[in-house]
Amino acid sequence: MTSPLSRRSFLGLTGAAGLTAALAACGGGTRIGAGSSAPASAVPSFSGGEYTGPKVTLDYWNGFTGGDGPHMRTMLEAFNKEYAGRIEVRNVTRRWEDLYPAMPTAISAGKGPDVAIIHNDRIGTFAARRTLVPLDDVVGALQLGETDFIPAVWNAGIYDGKRYSVPLDVHSLGDYWNRAHLEKAGLSEAPTDKAGYEDALAELKDAGIETPFWMPSKWPAHLMFMSLLWQFGGELYSEDGTRALWGSDAGAQALTWMVEQIGKGFSPAKVAQDSQYAAFKNDKVSFTWDGIWQINDLKTNAPSLKWGLSPVPNIGGTAAVWASSHNFVMTSQAGKDPDKVQAAKFFIDHMSRQSTEWAKAGMIPARNSVRQDPGVADLPQIKLAADVNVFHFLPALPGVGDVQSKALELAVAKAVLREASAADALKEGVATADKLLADNKRKYGN
Amino acid sequence: MLTGKRSPSGAAVPDRPPAGAARRMRPWTPYAFLAPYLALFAVFMVLPIGFGFWTSLHEWDINLPRKPFVGVENYTDLFDPGSVDGGRFWTAMRATGIFTVASVPLLIVLPLLTALLMNGRFRGRNVYRAVYFAPYVLGVAVVGFVWRFLLDGNIGLVNHYLGLDVQWTTDVPPAWVALVGVTVWWTLGLNAVIFLAGLQDIPRELHEAAMVDGASARHRFRAVTLPGLRPVMVFVVNSTILASANMFGQSYLITGGAPADQTKTAIYLIAETGLRQFDMGTASAMSFVLAAFLMLASALVFGAFRERSRP
Repeated sequence: MTSPLSRRSFLGLTGAAGLTAALAACGGGTRIGAGSSAPASAVPSFSGGEYTGPKVTLDYWNGFTGGDGPHMRTMLEAFNKEYAGRIEVRNVTRRWEDLYPAMPTAISAGKGPDVAIIHNDRIGTFAARRTLVPLDDVVGALQLGETDFIPAVWNAGIYDGKRYSVPLDVHSLGDYWNRAHLEKAGLSEAPTDKAGYEDALAELKDAGIETPFWMPSKWPAHLMFMSLLWQFGGELYSEDGTRALWGSDAGAQALTWMVEQIGKGFSPAKVAQDSQYAAFKNDKVSFTWDGIWQINDLKTNAPSLKWGLSPVPNIGGTAAVWASSHNFVMTSQAGKDPDKVQAAKFFIDHMSRQSTEWAKAGMIPARNSVRQDPGVADLPQIKLAADVNVFHFLPALPGVGDVQSKALELAVAKAVLREASAADALKEGVATADKLLADNKRKYGN
Repeated sequence: MLTGKRSPSGAAVPDRPPAGAARRMRPWTPYAFLAPYLALFAVFMVLPIGFGFWTSLHEWDINLPRKPFVGVENYTDLFDPGSVDGGRFWTAMRATGIFTVASVPLLIVLPLLTALLMNGRFRGRNVYRAVYFAPYVLGVAVVGFVWRFLLDGNIGLVNHYLGLDVQWTTDVPPAWVALVGVTVWWTLGLNAVIFLAGLQDIPRELHEAAMVDGASARHRFRAVTLPGLRPVMVFVVNSTILASANMFGQSYLITGGAPADQTKTAIYLIAETGLRQFDMGTASAMSFVLAAFLMLASALVFGAFRERSRP
C-alpha cells in the first residue's frame, strides 16, 4: 500500500542524485560560472538570435501520439540536423493522460523534460506547482502580443502576472461525416443547424444506416457537452473560479440533447470508449464529433473511407465549440542550468516560427497572420477557424483538470449511460465541483 | 561458549528439560539471529508504513512545498458521505467488495476441480496442466488489452461470435461478469497448481484405507481429500481474497472504471488519487482504511478454519 509509493520516491531521489552528478560531470569542464543549482532568475535574459553556448541536450516531452506525431518528429529531425553539435533535442512522446501525471514528479527528480508542450488549461496548474519557468523575455524577443493571437489562448499563458507559455496552435472539436452515407440521404454537406442535423439523422436512419450518430459516454463526451453548453448560452466556471456554472438550464439542455440521440435510436446505448471513432472508420457511423488532430489518422489509416469535416453544428442557438491549444513551456528542470535555459528559449523561438509547417499536422496555427498564409488556408481544418470567436476554452484555473475529471466528466457519463437523468447528474456533479473548487482555492491559493 | 557460564552446581544442568538450555543463552542471541531480517523489515515495511501514516495526517501534495498538517481530517473526510473523496472512496470499496465476493468462490472451486482432474492418470496430462497454467504467465497489460477489444459491446468478437448484444465493458452487471471471467481465466492455473501440490501430499494409504472401508468417491473426497487440503486451503483462500481485493489492472484496462466509476476498485482509486492527482494524504488514508478491512478479512478466514479443525 504505502510502501510502493515510498519506494518510488526513494528511487526518484536516487535517480535525481545520480542525474545531478551525471549532469555535473558532463558540463563541468566547459561551463563557466554558476553550477547546476543556479536559480533561473540569475540567468541572462533572452534577446533572440542564435544559441552560442556549449553543446547541450534538451529533453522535449509532448503528447503527439495521434496523426500529429510524425509531423513533429520530422520538424525535430530538421532542427537537430541544422543545429548538430550545438543543441540536441531528445523527443519523448507519450499519451497526454500519462504525460501530465508523470511530468511534475519527473521534473522534481531531474528526469523530466526541459521543454514541453502542454495545453492552455494546464498552464495555471503547472505554474502553481512551480514546475514552469516564465518566458516573458522570449515573447519580448519574438515581439508577440495579444493582437497576434486569439485572446483566450494568449491570456491563458499568464499566471500571477508572468507569462509561462508560447502558443503553438489551436485545435477544436469538428464534425466528421461519412460522404457515402450522406449522399444516400441526399446531402452533400453536413447540416449546420439543429433542425437540419436532426432531419439528416432521421433520413440517414430511413436510408438504412441503423445508428448514424454514436454518443460516447467517455472521451470526447465532455467536449461535446461543453460545446453544447456554450451554444445554449451557458458558462463553465465563475470568473473567480469558486463556482461551477455548468449545472444551469443551458447545461441541462445540452446534456438532454446528447441523451436524446440514444432515445431516438440514432445512437446505440452505452458506447465503449473510442468505439464511436472505430465504427466511423469502419463505415458504420455517419457523423462523429472528434478532434481535428485525427485528420491525418483518417487519411493514413482509413484510406478507402470518403469523409468530410465541418464545424460542429449549431444546436443551441449560438455557434460555439470546445477548443484548446498546444503551448511551449520551459520547466524548472531546465531552469537549473543557464545554458539549457538559453538553448531552450532558442528552440521555442525557432519552433514557434514554424507554425505553417505544423499546420499540416492537422492543427490551426495560433498566430493570426499564419492562418492567412496561402499554404495554410487550403487545409481542411482552417475553415473551422473562419470565425475564431466560436472557439471557447477551458479556463486555466489551477487544478481545473481534477474538477473536470471528478465532477463534469462523471456527470456526463452518468447521464449518457442513463444511470441518472441529465438534471440529477448535473446537480450532483455541480455539488462535487463546488467542493473541489473550494479545495483548490485553498490548496493553490496565493 | 555456553558451557563457560555454567555455575559450580551446574552438574545438574544436563538433566534439566530443554527449556533450561534456552535460559543459558545470552539475552541478545535471538535478536542477533533476527537482525538481518529485522533490518530489512524495518527499512522496507515499518518505515514506509510509518511514513505513509505520517503522510495520511497531512494535506500532502508531492509537488507543492507546503504540506500542512491536518490531523485526522483525511480520515474523517473518508467517513463523511457528503465529501467528494468519501463518496468516491465507498463507491470504490463497494466495487472491490463486489469483485471479491464474486471472484473468490469461483477461484477456489474451479481450480480445485481442475486440480482433481489434473491429478488423474491419463495420456497428455502434462499438456493439459500446461494449458491451464498458460494464461497466468501473461502480464496484466496483455490480458487487459486483448480482452478489452474482444469484449467491446459494439465492435468486439465475443458478441460477434456468440450473436449477443451485451455491453461487457460499459454496463453493470455484465462488466462484473467480464472482469470476474477474465480474472478466473487468467489466474485459475496458479491456484490449481497449488491445489495439485496439496493433493499429491495426501498419503495414498488414506485413500486406500477408505476404499477398503467401502467409502464411495464422494465420501473419500469429503473425508480424506478436503481435510488433507486444509492447510493449503487456508493459504489459497487467504491469498485469493487479498489478490482479488487488490484488483486494479483488469478494471483499469478493460472497463476504465466504466460505467461512471462503478467498476473503479479501491486500489484503482488510490493509484489515481495519489499518482495522478498527487493527493498523497488522502490516498494514504484510503490505503490504511483498505488495509484495516483486509486484516479483518484475513483474521476471519483464519478464525473460520481454526474453528472447523477442532473436533
